[in-house]
Amino acid sequence: MKPFEYASPKTEKQAVGLLGKSWSEAEVLAGGTDLLALMKDDVVAPKRLVNVKHIENLGEVHFDGKEMRIGALVTMGEAADNALIKQHFPILHEALWEAASPQIRNMATMGGNLCQRPRCWYFRNGMGLLPVDEKGESLVLKGDNRYHAVLGNHGPSYFVSPSTIAPVLIAYGARIRLYGPEGARQLELEKFYRAPMHEGEREHALKPNEMITDIFLPAASTRAGYAEIRQKEAFDWPMASCAAVLEMNGSTVKSARIVLGQVAPVPWFSPEAALHLTGKAVTEETAMAAAHAALENARNLGKNKYKITVAKVAVKRAILNAAKEGA
Amino acid sequence: MNEEDRKKPEGSGLSRRDFMKIGGMTLAVPMVASPKVLRVGGEDVEVYGPEKTMVTLNVNGKLMRAELEPRVTLLDALRESFDLTGSKRVCDRATCGACTVWLDEKPVYACGMLAIDAQGHKITTIEGISTPENMDAVQKAFWENDAQQCGFCTPGFVMATKAFVEKNPHATLEDARKGLSGNLCRCGTYVGIHSALRQLTGMKEA
Repeated sequence: MKPFEYASPKTEKQAVGLLGKSWSEAEVLAGGTDLLALMKDDVVAPKRLVNVKHIENLGEVHFDGKEMRIGALVTMGEAADNALIKQHFPILHEALWEAASPQIRNMATMGGNLCQRPRCWYFRNGMGLLPVDEKGESLVLKGDNRYHAVLGNHGPSYFVSPSTIAPVLIAYGARIRLYGPEGARQLELEKFYRAPMHEGEREHALKPNEMITDIFLPAASTRAGYAEIRQKEAFDWPMASCAAVLEMNGSTVKSARIVLGQVAPVPWFSPEAALHLTGKAVTEETAMAAAHAALENARNLGKNKYKITVAKVAVKRAILNAAKEGA
Repeated sequence: MNEEDRKKPEGSGLSRRDFMKIGGMTLAVPMVASPKVLRVGGEDVEVYGPEKTMVTLNVNGKLMRAELEPRVTLLDALRESFDLTGSKRVCDRATCGACTVWLDEKPVYACGMLAIDAQGHKITTIEGISTPENMDAVQKAFWENDAQQCGFCTPGFVMATKAFVEKNPHATLEDARKGLSGNLCRCGTYVGIHSALRQLTGMKEA
């Protein structure tokens, strides 16, 4: 790890004042579970770490019946154990419970999870988020791309968005609050993620001198289902995941929000899948039709064709789990 | 080999660790700077490092102080500065669990946290849960069920297991597999660890 300065501000305003105009100047330290590993491997080398854990009021979960507010510093473990989250947003509880290991969940924060960097092995080995050879050709396309994107993969980004809770939060219609030098702004979580076009750009809309302070979830009477498909039973990022939140009208689907994880550079919102469910009852057939629709535009990069099949299964299972929930 | 023999190998009268500490002392020139104060948002904020700064940790109920750079992890501080070498450094990437300690009673990876960031918390290491004469129930269960081979993952596994069984006294084997998924044993002693868990929780044979 390269040497760095360290500060523990007490307010958002102080924190933002300590952050820099570029990513090389400073990084936000919360749980540190991803950041410290990236720093040890010299993938990032900030000159200053701004520990935000001493800022008050960012470590709580509140629910007023209409909206849930989850502070960015709530740990994944605290959120997984939270009874209100389990009751009102059951698949968030499920995804949190499945994520990482107990030790990681005890340190990692909700805000940090949303900002975790991709697991792409080229990126983790210091070759950049959009790794290219001396001729400018993508290393992902000619190399080992077995875990890379099958959707939204027309370049130059081929990595996959790593967070498992982001697709779930997006399916529930989450917004986040960001705080920066100009004050606070709110953003739909869906719009927070983006596929960089140039090396050096990040995969999210956060500016180098901004931080996530809160996550907001609107209460709704919905049915939700979640599914992950992994190589390891625990402590592994999925090959594909899916969150399905259905608004029902009797036994038929009034509207649906289907979001896939680990298949694209961003959490992949699929209106096509939702369209195949709208006005229909949830059955094996409609769920499978929605799954096919979600992956209709998928593209095999050479070694990740299996992910298209796996992602379809995740979509189908998530929808069927949603229909089962509370039934 | 008894404990005394291990500390003082025959001939030298010094252990490898003692030797390295003496070597380190003659080379290290302490460079401790007081924090610089930045005016941010109309208020003063102390900024530490990148040079060494005084770090005070509450480890196993004792206050321990050392001059450390901000980049030193909690694990390296425990091992190198406080001579608490029970927590092991294996992957150093918050993956294997060999460095598991408790931060305010919750298991965490000591390699995944900065020492300077651990200030103000209650840290418990394997050295803090028992003495060689008076083993903890989890250590005893590991010993009785042959739940270790090379032993390198054992301190971390014991810390994770103790936290798990205290939170889940009636766990099933499936709960335990998930609850201990943050620790790896390369010797593959999981069968012994599961036997130890059965003894500790009274869970039925799977």
